[in-house]
Amino acid sequence: MAKKIALISEECVACGSCLKACPLQAISIFKGSHAIIDATKCVGCGKCQRVCPASVITITERKES
Amino acid sequence: MKQKKHWYDYLWIVTATYLILGFFNILFAWIGILCFIIPILFALIGGNKHYCNHYCGRGQLLERLGNGLRLSSHRSIPSWLRSKWFRYGFLVFFMTMFFNMLFSTYLVFSNVHGLREIITLFWTFKVPWEWTNTSMVSPWIAQFSFGFYSLMLTSTLLGLITMALYKPRSWCVYCPMGTMTQSICQLRHKTTSSR
Ligand code: SF4
Ligand code: SF4
Ligand code: SF4
Repeated sequence: MAKKIALISEECVACGSCLKACPLQAISIFKGSHAIIDATKCVGCGKCQRVCPASVITITERKES
Repeated sequence: MKQKKHWYDYLWIVTATYLILGFFNILFAWIGILCFIIPILFALIGGNKHYCNHYCGRGQLLERLGNGLRLSSHRSIPSWLRSKWFRYGFLVFFMTMFFNMLFSTYLVFSNVHGLREIITLFWTFKVPWEWTNTSMVSPWIAQFSFGFYSLMLTSTLLGLITMALYKPRSWCVYCPMGTMTQSICQLRHKTTSSR
Protein backbone atom coordinates (compact mmCIF):
# COMPACT_ATOMS: atom_id res chain seq x y z
CA MET A 1 0.00 0.00 0.00
CA ALA A 2 1.21 3.51 -0.83
CA LYS A 3 2.72 5.60 1.93
CA LYS A 4 0.72 8.74 1.17
CA ILE A 5 -2.92 9.58 0.83
CA ALA A 6 -5.07 12.57 -0.14
CA LEU A 7 -7.24 14.23 2.49
CA ILE A 8 -10.12 16.55 1.63
CA SER A 9 -11.26 19.24 4.04
CA GLU A 10 -14.85 20.19 4.79
CA GLU A 11 -14.58 23.30 2.64
CA CYS A 12 -14.84 21.22 -0.54
CA VAL A 13 -17.26 22.84 -3.00
CA ALA A 14 -18.10 19.53 -4.74
CA CYS A 15 -17.18 20.89 -8.17
CA GLY A 16 -15.71 17.60 -9.33
CA SER A 17 -12.51 18.99 -10.88
CA CYS A 18 -10.58 16.33 -9.00
CA LEU A 19 -12.65 13.45 -10.42
CA LYS A 20 -11.08 13.66 -13.86
CA ALA A 21 -7.61 14.38 -12.54
CA CYS A 22 -7.31 11.17 -10.52
CA PRO A 23 -5.65 8.44 -12.58
CA LEU A 24 -7.05 5.74 -10.31
CA GLN A 25 -10.63 6.94 -10.06
CA ALA A 26 -10.27 7.03 -6.31
CA ILE A 27 -12.52 10.07 -5.85
CA SER A 28 -16.27 10.38 -5.86
CA ILE A 29 -18.66 13.15 -4.90
CA PHE A 30 -20.76 12.12 -1.93
CA LYS A 31 -24.41 13.12 -2.47
CA GLY A 32 -23.53 16.43 -4.12
CA SER A 33 -22.04 17.59 -0.84
CA HIS A 34 -18.29 16.96 -0.88
CA ALA A 35 -15.61 14.77 -2.43
CA ILE A 36 -14.53 11.54 -0.74
CA ILE A 37 -11.42 9.45 -1.31
CA ASP A 38 -11.37 5.68 -1.56
CA ALA A 39 -8.40 4.94 0.70
CA THR A 40 -7.88 1.53 -0.88
CA LYS A 41 -7.31 3.09 -4.31
CA CYS A 42 -5.50 6.38 -3.57
CA VAL A 43 -1.73 6.33 -4.02
CA GLY A 44 -1.13 9.89 -2.85
CA CYS A 45 0.16 11.09 -6.23
CA GLY A 46 -1.18 14.62 -5.67
CA LYS A 47 -2.76 15.08 -9.09
CA CYS A 48 -6.10 15.96 -7.49
CA GLN A 49 -4.41 18.50 -5.22
CA ARG A 50 -2.94 20.33 -8.21
CA VAL A 51 -6.31 20.87 -9.89
CA CYS A 52 -8.52 21.57 -6.87
CA PRO A 53 -9.66 25.19 -7.36
CA ALA A 54 -10.64 25.53 -3.71
CA SER A 55 -7.27 24.24 -2.42
CA VAL A 56 -8.94 21.87 0.01
CA ILE A 57 -6.84 18.77 -0.71
CA THR A 58 -3.69 17.92 1.22
CA ILE A 59 -1.40 14.94 0.74
CA THR A 60 -0.36 13.35 4.02
CA GLU A 61 1.42 10.29 5.31
CA ARG A 62 -0.88 7.33 5.78
CA LYS A 63 -1.38 6.35 9.37
CA GLU A 64 -0.52 2.70 10.02
CA SER A 65 -3.69 0.84 10.85
CA MET B 1 -3.99 5.55 -17.07
CA LYS B 2 -6.18 8.03 -18.95
CA GLN B 3 -9.86 8.17 -18.25
CA LYS B 4 -12.27 7.29 -21.04
CA LYS B 5 -13.85 10.19 -22.96
CA HIS B 6 -17.62 10.51 -22.90
CA TRP B 7 -19.97 12.48 -25.14
CA TYR B 8 -20.52 14.95 -22.32
CA ASP B 9 -16.84 15.80 -22.16
CA TYR B 10 -17.44 17.93 -25.23
CA LEU B 11 -20.16 20.14 -23.78
CA TRP B 12 -17.65 23.00 -23.58
CA ILE B 13 -18.27 23.40 -27.33
CA VAL B 14 -21.94 24.09 -26.57
CA THR B 15 -20.98 26.77 -24.03
CA ALA B 16 -18.57 28.45 -26.42
CA THR B 17 -21.15 28.34 -29.23
CA TYR B 18 -23.78 29.84 -26.93
CA LEU B 19 -21.58 32.82 -26.12
CA ILE B 20 -20.79 33.40 -29.79
CA LEU B 21 -24.43 33.12 -30.89
CA GLY B 22 -25.32 35.99 -28.57
CA PHE B 23 -23.18 38.26 -30.70
CA PHE B 24 -25.22 37.38 -33.78
CA ASN B 25 -28.63 37.41 -32.25
CA ILE B 26 -29.31 38.27 -28.67
CA LEU B 27 -32.45 36.10 -28.64
CA PHE B 28 -30.25 32.99 -28.40
CA ALA B 29 -29.63 34.12 -24.82
CA TRP B 30 -32.85 32.35 -23.82
CA ILE B 31 -31.20 28.95 -24.33
CA GLY B 32 -28.99 29.81 -21.34
CA ILE B 33 -31.91 29.22 -18.97
CA LEU B 34 -31.02 25.54 -19.32
CA CYS B 35 -27.81 26.26 -17.35
CA PHE B 36 -30.09 27.32 -14.49
CA ILE B 37 -32.80 24.69 -14.74
CA ILE B 38 -30.75 21.52 -15.36
CA PRO B 39 -28.40 21.81 -12.34
CA ILE B 40 -31.34 22.63 -10.05
CA LEU B 41 -33.28 19.62 -11.35
CA PHE B 42 -30.28 17.36 -10.73
CA ALA B 43 -30.01 18.70 -7.18
CA LEU B 44 -33.74 18.65 -6.38
CA ILE B 45 -34.64 15.33 -7.97
CA GLY B 46 -31.39 13.40 -7.85
CA GLY B 47 -29.81 15.06 -4.82
CA ASN B 48 -26.50 15.29 -6.64
CA LYS B 49 -24.16 17.67 -8.42
CA HIS B 50 -23.86 15.58 -11.58
CA TYR B 51 -24.32 18.76 -13.60
CA CYS B 52 -21.16 20.32 -12.14
CA ASN B 53 -19.34 17.03 -11.99
CA HIS B 54 -20.00 15.90 -15.56
CA TYR B 55 -22.18 18.10 -17.75
CA CYS B 56 -21.30 21.74 -17.17
CA GLY B 57 -19.77 23.18 -20.32
CA ARG B 58 -18.53 26.27 -18.55
CA GLY B 59 -16.43 24.31 -16.08
CA GLN B 60 -15.00 22.31 -18.98
CA LEU B 61 -14.29 25.42 -21.02
CA LEU B 62 -12.37 27.01 -18.14
CA GLU B 63 -10.45 23.78 -17.66
CA ARG B 64 -9.58 23.61 -21.37
CA LEU B 65 -8.44 27.22 -21.54
CA GLY B 66 -6.53 27.01 -18.29
CA ASN B 67 -4.85 23.65 -18.78
CA GLY B 68 -5.00 23.04 -22.55
CA LEU B 69 -4.05 26.54 -23.64
CA ARG B 70 -2.03 27.17 -20.46
CA LEU B 71 -3.80 30.42 -19.74
CA SER B 72 -3.95 29.75 -16.03
CA SER B 73 -1.31 30.68 -13.49
CA HIS B 74 -2.37 27.74 -11.26
CA ARG B 75 -1.91 29.79 -8.11
CA SER B 76 -3.97 29.02 -5.04
CA ILE B 77 -7.17 30.96 -4.63
CA PRO B 78 -7.10 33.55 -1.79
CA SER B 79 -8.90 32.28 1.28
CA TRP B 80 -11.52 35.06 1.30
CA LEU B 81 -12.67 33.98 -2.17
CA ARG B 82 -13.37 30.47 -0.98
CA SER B 83 -14.85 31.45 2.36
CA LYS B 84 -18.50 30.61 3.06
CA TRP B 85 -19.18 34.32 3.54
CA PHE B 86 -18.06 35.20 0.07
CA ARG B 87 -19.64 32.19 -1.61
CA TYR B 88 -23.08 32.67 -0.05
CA GLY B 89 -22.79 36.45 -0.23
CA PHE B 90 -22.11 36.23 -3.95
CA LEU B 91 -25.03 33.84 -4.39
CA VAL B 92 -27.38 36.32 -2.69
CA PHE B 93 -25.98 39.21 -4.72
CA PHE B 94 -26.28 37.25 -7.96
CA MET B 95 -29.87 36.23 -7.27
CA THR B 96 -30.80 39.79 -6.31
CA MET B 97 -29.43 41.02 -9.62
CA PHE B 98 -31.25 38.19 -11.38
CA PHE B 99 -34.60 39.24 -9.91
CA ASN B 100 -33.76 42.84 -10.65
CA MET B 101 -33.33 41.80 -14.28
CA LEU B 102 -36.68 39.98 -14.22
CA PHE B 103 -38.26 43.16 -12.87
CA SER B 104 -36.79 45.22 -15.73
CA THR B 105 -38.27 42.67 -18.10
CA TYR B 106 -41.64 43.10 -16.38
CA LEU B 107 -41.43 46.87 -16.76
CA VAL B 108 -40.95 46.47 -20.49
CA PHE B 109 -43.77 43.89 -20.59
CA SER B 110 -46.15 46.34 -18.92
CA ASN B 111 -45.03 49.23 -21.14
CA VAL B 112 -43.59 51.30 -18.28
CA HIS B 113 -40.50 51.79 -20.35
CA GLY B 114 -39.32 50.72 -23.76
CA LEU B 115 -36.75 48.16 -24.84
CA ARG B 116 -33.17 49.03 -23.90
CA GLU B 117 -30.71 47.44 -26.28
CA ILE B 118 -27.70 47.35 -23.99
CA ILE B 119 -25.57 44.70 -22.35
CA THR B 120 -24.52 45.55 -18.81
CA LEU B 121 -21.14 44.13 -17.84
CA PHE B 122 -20.23 43.60 -14.19
CA TRP B 123 -23.60 45.17 -13.33
CA THR B 124 -22.07 48.57 -14.12
CA PHE B 125 -20.69 49.10 -17.62
CA LYS B 126 -23.27 49.60 -20.32
CA VAL B 127 -22.36 48.37 -23.78
CA PRO B 128 -24.64 49.36 -26.70
CA TRP B 129 -25.77 46.18 -28.48
CA GLU B 130 -28.05 47.43 -31.21
CA TRP B 131 -26.97 45.39 -34.18
CA THR B 132 -29.18 42.39 -33.51
CA ASN B 133 -32.63 42.34 -35.00
CA THR B 134 -35.25 41.60 -32.38
CA SER B 135 -38.27 43.03 -34.18
CA MET B 136 -39.84 39.58 -34.65
CA VAL B 137 -40.59 39.18 -30.94
CA SER B 138 -42.34 41.23 -28.24
CA PRO B 139 -40.04 43.79 -26.62
CA TRP B 140 -40.08 42.03 -23.22
CA ILE B 141 -38.76 38.81 -24.79
CA ALA B 142 -35.88 40.82 -26.22
CA GLN B 143 -35.35 42.69 -22.93
CA PHE B 144 -34.97 39.39 -21.06
CA SER B 145 -32.39 38.30 -23.65
CA PHE B 146 -30.31 41.42 -23.05
CA GLY B 147 -30.54 41.03 -19.28
CA PHE B 148 -29.82 37.32 -19.26
CA TYR B 149 -26.96 37.57 -21.72
CA SER B 150 -25.46 40.35 -19.57
CA LEU B 151 -25.40 37.94 -16.63
CA MET B 152 -23.95 35.12 -18.70
CA LEU B 153 -21.24 37.31 -20.21
CA THR B 154 -20.36 38.92 -16.88
CA SER B 155 -20.04 35.58 -15.13
CA THR B 156 -17.98 34.19 -18.01
CA LEU B 157 -15.62 37.17 -17.77
CA LEU B 158 -15.30 36.73 -14.00
CA GLY B 159 -14.60 33.05 -14.66
CA LEU B 160 -11.91 33.92 -17.19
CA ILE B 161 -10.25 36.42 -14.86
CA THR B 162 -10.04 34.00 -11.94
CA MET B 163 -9.01 31.21 -14.35
CA ALA B 164 -6.03 33.33 -15.38
CA LEU B 165 -5.14 34.46 -11.85
CA TYR B 166 -5.68 31.19 -9.99
CA LYS B 167 -6.55 27.57 -10.85
CA PRO B 168 -8.51 26.99 -14.08
CA ARG B 169 -11.83 26.19 -12.42
CA SER B 170 -11.66 28.86 -9.71
CA TRP B 171 -15.03 30.19 -10.88
CA CYS B 172 -16.56 26.92 -9.63
CA VAL B 173 -15.62 27.90 -6.08
CA TYR B 174 -17.95 30.89 -6.07
CA CYS B 175 -20.28 30.04 -8.98
CA PRO B 176 -23.82 30.77 -7.74
CA MET B 177 -25.23 27.65 -9.39
CA GLY B 178 -22.51 25.50 -7.83
CA THR B 179 -23.10 26.99 -4.38
CA MET B 180 -26.86 26.72 -4.71
CA THR B 181 -26.88 23.10 -5.88
CA GLN B 182 -24.40 22.10 -3.18
CA SER B 183 -26.61 23.63 -0.48
CA ILE B 184 -29.73 21.98 -1.91
CA CYS B 185 -27.92 18.62 -1.80
CA GLN B 186 -26.65 19.19 1.73
CA LEU B 187 -30.09 20.24 2.97
CA ARG B 188 -31.70 17.24 1.31
CA HIS B 189 -29.11 14.97 2.79
CA LYS B 190 -29.61 16.44 6.27
CA THR B 191 -33.37 16.13 6.18
CA THR B 192 -33.37 12.57 4.85
CA SER B 193 -30.68 11.33 7.25
CA SER B 194 -32.32 12.86 10.34
CA ARG B 195 -35.60 11.12 9.63
S1 SF4 C 1 -3.64 11.60 -4.60
FE1 SF4 C 1 -3.65 10.72 -6.67
S2 SF4 C 1 -4.55 8.70 -6.40
FE2 SF4 C 1 -5.04 9.85 -4.55
S3 SF4 C 1 -7.05 10.70 -4.98
FE3 SF4 C 1 -5.54 12.26 -5.58
S4 SF4 C 1 -5.19 11.89 -7.75
FE4 SF4 C 1 -6.22 10.07 -6.95
S1 SF4 D 1 -11.63 19.67 -6.82
FE1 SF4 D 1 -11.47 20.26 -4.66
S2 SF4 D 1 -13.33 21.44 -4.26
FE2 SF4 D 1 -13.68 20.37 -6.19
S3 SF4 D 1 -14.70 18.46 -5.58
FE3 SF4 D 1 -12.51 18.01 -5.65
S4 SF4 D 1 -11.81 18.36 -3.55
FE4 SF4 D 1 -13.80 19.34 -3.72
S1 SF4 E 1 -19.75 25.33 -10.24
FE1 SF4 E 1 -20.82 26.48 -11.85
S2 SF4 E 1 -19.36 26.61 -13.55
FE2 SF4 E 1 -18.58 25.10 -12.13
S3 SF4 E 1 -19.31 23.17 -12.92
FE3 SF4 E 1 -20.85 23.86 -11.44
S4 SF4 E 1 -22.36 25.05 -12.59
FE4 SF4 E 1 -20.54 24.78 -13.87
